[in-house]
Amino acid sequence: MENIEKRNQVWAFIVTGVLALISLIYYNADVYYIYLVVYIWFGFAYGMMLQYGRFCMASASRDLFAAGVPRMAVGILIALVFFSLVSVFLSATNMSTFHPGPIGPHEVVGGIIFGVGMVLAGGCASGSLYKIGEGNGTSILSILGISFGQAIFVDVGGVFNKLLPQSWVETAEATKWIPADKMTSWFDHFLAGYVLIKPQIVLADTKAISSMAGGTMKYFLGNSLINTIIPSLLVLFLIYYFYTRKGFMKKRKKKKASTGFGAEIAGIWNIVTASQRTTFMGILIGITAGIHIFTMKGMQIRFAVNNFGQLLTRMGHTGDVSITGKVFDPGYWYITTQESQFAGWIMEKLGWNVRDNVFFGIMNGLPELWRNPALWMSLGIIFGAMVMALLKKEFKFKLPKGELIVWGLGGGLLMGIGARIALGCNIGAFFIRVAGGDPGGWLFGIGMVLGGYAGVRFFNWWTDRKMAKEMEAF
Amino acid sequence: MAMKFEKKGDGTYMLDVCGYVCPHPQIYTKKSLEKMEEGDILELIFDNPSSGETIVQMCDQAGHEILEKKEEGGKLIYRIEKG
Repeated sequence: MENIEKRNQVWAFIVTGVLALISLIYYNADVYYIYLVVYIWFGFAYGMMLQYGRFCMASASRDLFAAGVPRMAVGILIALVFFSLVSVFLSATNMSTFHPGPIGPHEVVGGIIFGVGMVLAGGCASGSLYKIGEGNGTSILSILGISFGQAIFVDVGGVFNKLLPQSWVETAEATKWIPADKMTSWFDHFLAGYVLIKPQIVLADTKAISSMAGGTMKYFLGNSLINTIIPSLLVLFLIYYFYTRKGFMKKRKKKKASTGFGAEIAGIWNIVTASQRTTFMGILIGITAGIHIFTMKGMQIRFAVNNFGQLLTRMGHTGDVSITGKVFDPGYWYITTQESQFAGWIMEKLGWNVRDNVFFGIMNGLPELWRNPALWMSLGIIFGAMVMALLKKEFKFKLPKGELIVWGLGGGLLMGIGARIALGCNIGAFFIRVAGGDPGGWLFGIGMVLGGYAGVRFFNWWTDRKMAKEMEAF
Repeated sequence: MAMKFEKKGDGTYMLDVCGYVCPHPQIYTKKSLEKMEEGDILELIFDNPSSGETIVQMCDQAGHEILEKKEEGGKLIYRIEKG
């Protein structure tokens, strides 16, 4: 037993050491790579925290619907509140890299597809990454599904273009900033003809909020209080009322304790503290996500850029960037787009022209894998989770078998498609947007919960069948 | 790949969901406990650490008692008494 512990510790040191060495090699090659190195280590920190807190957003709706356990839903709400509070100061001091997204029904649709996918796959986009770090082979398939699902989805044209409403096609083709040779796929038309013309809102910047308060107060009122804290408390109350209140009051009655208003508050506090490790990590993740934004903005100011593509160009890597000189560089915690670049990179090496579209050709570029900053963040998450799992003796490599291969790949593909429709996943389209004061984040969240519910209904049916077979013997 | 749910003896059951990842271990545990009588014991064997946190909270809320938790060769074994 002691031997295993020792061996795990050695491996944890080796993984951390290799990442430190990689960081040094990059820094030595060019000081600009410090930008990429920062992504690696924030990813590493996220990975450690996600693994320790079992912080998988798929389980927020799934475990609530399937097992009546609100642990993760509560964890997310807490992370949101803390992240929004840190974001207030970032916005007030002009140190935020946050940008809102287009608001529209596409977010609900994307959220539903993503939600079904994350239940089938057994993890959300960030959850699947940390589970790879635990040695979970099914999650490797989920991430492959997410990666190739997106890359193929954004590049297919031909017959798929014919499925789009004519008005979207006309609007897209009238767009002046997109060269004709980049407007080829159905997704290009969907983006330019429908999504990108939708409004983008940050509550603090609306007239209604700006007229009520100025300075820091405006960001607190609009982005944190109205867009994040009040809705989070409301959701917390609904979870308490519909899922845990009955059991909590029953226990109190048994103990002959009071069941008045004080008991209701105690009941809500009980679900907040029921899983201390998840709640604690919620607080820490929320704060870390804020510090991450602060650090990225600081580097952008230091190097006088707003995208890593500019640094790649300065270093002479012009083939990595899009025609606008950019690569995908969110400036905060984000998953999915970098995974699509991973798949796009492989497809390009195999001879598939993936740059003839808006997604890769104009918006995100296609850097070599080792120069892709956000992809390094994803790798950081995997290795951070691996180190934590090793230290806790929870690392175990498990090959995906049987039905799990289907669920992993299929769920991943659905997550990839959902993430592209909504322009992000549980992190980029929900977590970051909500805390940043963008009400559109909640639309994706609602979709994700609805999709999660549908996924749970399906798995309930499926597992009932399997249980019935097992029970035939007795 | 199959899960195993067996009656080991009078009022004692075994559920083996090794190899399964989220959400299968927690769903099978919930369904197995639903099929048992109050006071029966379930020996749950799984190897997906992420499911553990949810299973603990699920038992706490439903009033089931986790009598023992141990780890053997990468497998987690919980003895749960249905409440």
